[in-house]
Amino acid sequence: MVINMKSTKYNKVADRHKPFENRIYNAFVAFISGGVVGFLGELLIEVFCKWIQLSRSDAGMLMILIFIFLASLGTGLGFFDKLVTKFKCGLIIPITGFAHSMTSSAMDYRKEGLVYGIGSNMFKLAGTVIVYGIVSSWFFGLLRYLIGGGA
Amino acid sequence: MLLFNSFLYCGFVCMIAQIILDNSKLSTGHITSIFVCIGAFLDTFNIYDYIVRIVGGGALLPIISFGHSLVHGAIIRSHANGIIGLLMGMFDMTATGITASIIFAFVFSLIFKPKN
Repeated sequence: MVINMKSTKYNKVADRHKPFENRIYNAFVAFISGGVVGFLGELLIEVFCKWIQLSRSDAGMLMILIFIFLASLGTGLGFFDKLVTKFKCGLIIPITGFAHSMTSSAMDYRKEGLVYGIGSNMFKLAGTVIVYGIVSSWFFGLLRYLIGGGA
Repeated sequence: MLLFNSFLYCGFVCMIAQIILDNSKLSTGHITSIFVCIGAFLDTFNIYDYIVRIVGGGALLPIISFGHSLVHGAIIRSHANGIIGLLMGMFDMTATGITASIIFAFVFSLIFKPKN
């Protein structure tokens, strides 16, 4: 009983001294930065469609390639980490976060060698996305195949 | 109009993720995994195709679209090859993104040194 009272009191004191985080401001920043990323994606697709006469699906592929390239290059040069800590989910949830996590884990383990460093640690953070993506989409694909009869 | 829609949609998804991140103990790894599963679920009954038609390119960027295109490739291949096609076509549409990010990550980790 005494320990419980102490822990609740401790939690109260700890809550009072937590660094103040404005959640509404964070959500707003994530909305704006994520929106800008989406806007740029659609803009790139329309530019490719109009100027290089690509089909819309090819233009989408090229747009995703450009975003992955920019995120990897920015992580390599070192300024993308600062952007991620500033804009948080606005850059983690788009495909840039996937490329950022792969490049940063590959760079962090570079000193352990080419095979056991880069090769085995590249998917350290991005592996969860691929594993759960594959498992869930296999399950849902099977569901749709069985229900819709492959239609 | 597509430009405005992609701004709203992509921002909305990122805002939801930020709200979950701030108000729970889940890390970003949990949130991206959950979002991929949501995307796979949304494509099961063609809901995400409808979203892509309305929103345009902004719907291809969030990680939800990764689950969507995994299921989509599997379903398209299963028309021709039956139930084995589900396994054959899984990476059909996401292969570009995964291959490109592996190659870029490898090359840039050879070129650049981490700062700290």
